[in-house]
Amino acid sequence: MAIEIEQPTVGLSKVAVSETHGEDSPYFAGWKAYDEDPYDESENPSGVIQMGLAENQVSFDLLEEYLEKHSEASTWGKGAPGFREHALFQDYHGLKSFRQAIASFMEQIRGGRAKFDPDRVVLTAGATAANELLTFILADPGDALLVPTPYYPGFDRDLRWRTGVKIVPIHCDSSNNFQVTPQALEAAYKDAEVMNIKVRGVLITNPSNPLGATIQRSVLEEILDFVTRKNIHLVSDEIYSGSAFSSSEFVSIAEILEARGYKDSERVHIVYSLSKDLGLPGFRVGTIYSYNDKVVTTARRMSSFTLISSQTQHLLASMLSDQEFTKNYIKINRERLRKRYEMIIEGLRNAGIECLKGNAGLFCWMNLSPLLKTQTREGELTLWKSIIRDLKLNISPGSSCHCSEPGWFRVCFANMRSKR
Amino acid sequence: MVSGGQLLSKIATNEGHGENSPYFDGWKAYDRNPFHPTDNPDGVIQMGLAENQLSFDLIRDWIKQNPEASICTVDGVHKFKDTANFQDYHGLPEFRKAIAKFMGMVRGGRVTFDPDRVVMGGGATGANELIMFCLADHGDAFLVPTPYYPAFDRDLTWRTGVQIIPVDSCSSNKFQVTKNALEAAYDRAQGAGINVKGLIIANPSNPLGTVLERETLKDLVSFINERNIHLVVDEIYAATIFSSSSFISVAEIIEEMDCNRNLIHIVYSLSKDMGLPGFRVGIVYSYNDEVVRCGRKMSSFGLVSSQTQYLLARMLSDEEFVKNFLAESSRRLNKRHSMFTKGLEQVRINCLKGNAGLYVWMDLHHLLKEPTFDGEMTLWRVIIDQVRLNVSPGCSFHCKEPGWFRVCFANMDDQTVEAALKRIRAFVCKGKEDHQEMPTKNKQRWQRNLRLSFSARRFEEGVKSPHVMSPHSPIPHSPLVRAK
Repeated sequence: MAIEIEQPTVGLSKVAVSETHGEDSPYFAGWKAYDEDPYDESENPSGVIQMGLAENQVSFDLLEEYLEKHSEASTWGKGAPGFREHALFQDYHGLKSFRQAIASFMEQIRGGRAKFDPDRVVLTAGATAANELLTFILADPGDALLVPTPYYPGFDRDLRWRTGVKIVPIHCDSSNNFQVTPQALEAAYKDAEVMNIKVRGVLITNPSNPLGATIQRSVLEEILDFVTRKNIHLVSDEIYSGSAFSSSEFVSIAEILEARGYKDSERVHIVYSLSKDLGLPGFRVGTIYSYNDKVVTTARRMSSFTLISSQTQHLLASMLSDQEFTKNYIKINRERLRKRYEMIIEGLRNAGIECLKGNAGLFCWMNLSPLLKTQTREGELTLWKSIIRDLKLNISPGSSCHCSEPGWFRVCFANMRSKR
Repeated sequence: MVSGGQLLSKIATNEGHGENSPYFDGWKAYDRNPFHPTDNPDGVIQMGLAENQLSFDLIRDWIKQNPEASICTVDGVHKFKDTANFQDYHGLPEFRKAIAKFMGMVRGGRVTFDPDRVVMGGGATGANELIMFCLADHGDAFLVPTPYYPAFDRDLTWRTGVQIIPVDSCSSNKFQVTKNALEAAYDRAQGAGINVKGLIIANPSNPLGTVLERETLKDLVSFINERNIHLVVDEIYAATIFSSSSFISVAEIIEEMDCNRNLIHIVYSLSKDMGLPGFRVGIVYSYNDEVVRCGRKMSSFGLVSSQTQYLLARMLSDEEFVKNFLAESSRRLNKRHSMFTKGLEQVRINCLKGNAGLYVWMDLHHLLKEPTFDGEMTLWRVIIDQVRLNVSPGCSFHCKEPGWFRVCFANMDDQTVEAALKRIRAFVCKGKEDHQEMPTKNKQRWQRNLRLSFSARRFEEGVKSPHVMSPHSPIPHSPLVRAK
């Protein structure tokens, strides 16, 4: 029988006991409500509908169809590298064919408007790991990254928890559709300076989560100029790039760099993943694409802590190398997301609810401020609780995304069947 | 203008990645000139890679016979959607159950494991780092008995900021860790104002190939218990036991003695026992609820692919298969170990008497020109350059005595083992003839040929020369590695 100890905590690290894992945020509280009472069309029609989960489930049939037709993608033998090689393969460079497939997929998503070199693709187990890894490389504990609000709640954990790096928000508001402005950038930088915090970079998400909108070309140019002036890094999290409703509406930072002849590009790093665009979050496929050789080398070494299963690399290398399949997939996926979005917007509009004009992503950014009793965070949370309780919808309150204006909510629409 | 090093973090620009250790230097020579029995019989034989390649056929056959375990076959594709969507950091329940069951079977059913304490990590590499993040702060320290796995320097300290305090051992008592050595190291550290948070040890040992005796394990548990510090036991080689003496897990010990279980944690993996390093299955098993909770959240940074979880859940639940696999793998390792050590004995090369692992701890101190680490390095360069075997010098394992080398034997076929033994025999016999001579001409030749550091130009070209393998790489004739 174990000796019971009197001390409250048995010597865990500060990291372990901190709250920076972020799970006490309302973002996750709604999930609990859902977990306790999940909606099911037949078994539990009055359960909580999960609209807080940014997953893409609209195009699985395309993937399943591919697999049924190409079962050799997953099997071993028949001229393809055998089981043994895969079972043993733990080279942090990753399967060359997989890196090539990722690079070409990223090019296709950008309509060929930017080129990607497979040798600059570093593989990690998910974008979660990619963002943390980049932060370890670009900043020291106590330093900061500037992040436009509202932002993905998981950044609080991914960028800060184990790295000890801080997030200083770049405040955006509805007056200009929450776009980043040069003034807001400068203000955030000054905020950090005043707190004696060294800023190491800016991290943007494009298309944006939770806004569901792409960043305009001119804004990207301004951000790039800003980081160049300050001599800091720019991380562009483009995990929703394939979920832009139309290819031409998404401008990648890679295109801006190409237009500038890659001048000063060593400060730019792109994060990508297959979790959203392909709807494969379980497979843990994240990548870092960096224009900085030292970052590529270091990131590769660090990726030892978070490599992608060789089995998964092999499967996806086959699938993503099939350019006909990927072209078709990207096109159909965009279409379906756009249709789903329009359906939701229409429905909300009929209920008198307006959303931010969106053109990408798996969610829309809904404005419920007219319904708030008080235009405060508390007012927002009160409304949110009643939405969960009475409407049985788990949606995400803007405050959990650090939005500076109360009343906005993120509503996911791609993780369910159409009927609801 | 952002230039390489200035604008990156301290972590990014320090040596914490550990790739400049001699452990990895031999790989370069091997990379340049890899052995192949027919294509390149004079190439360097890779004996620095602790991999278990002896029983993959058993796994491959199981997969072929069980197509429904793969979500990409016609039989399994109906599970594709749910599996591909599953990113819950608790892991697939059936996966956790299967892992817990497997861990119990590996320990002969002498202990059972609770699936709810199974936490995933990105391979044992990720798991070891994760447990450090949970248990220690930046600047804290962990005691690590030497000789130890070189990559602990990276895994335990690089991003965590934790320090390693080596606890030395000697050949006179077979490199066993002693209470005295532990106490001395602990007291010294505390005296210097360093906060020691725990002890981490690999059992079975890498590089020794030995298992901890019952009494030693009990001493370790008492030691940490008395000081209220943590004990992490890395048991990734548990199923590589190949002789009749049993492996005793810390899980068994804590059933036999009073101790605070909140201090006990096990790191596990399928990379060695099953020979599946590519699948990145690392596990943290903790008896501390807080650590399980926190570790689970942290596992988001290194979850096991759900595709792989699904496959292994089914495979490891197949009791018949597991029983047969463990028995057969053990038999093959034993056979290979015997073959190799007997071959060495024929030329009077002794190894530490081991009963586990994928390598031997070879004693070559009698071949050293001088009983120093310089002497060891000199001998090592000769082994790489003239004998053309990539073996790992003891200094890279922080061994306190020069002349010991870790030599892996399970990552090759019988033919290659024979070739290696042949070369060793030839070298030893030749060595007896001209033991005193070391022509300067030769010395200059291998010094020129061997740029012994990964910080050399080539590595920084990493981006442009993708065929430079990472330190953990498979066999040379894999088309995947060579493919351009």
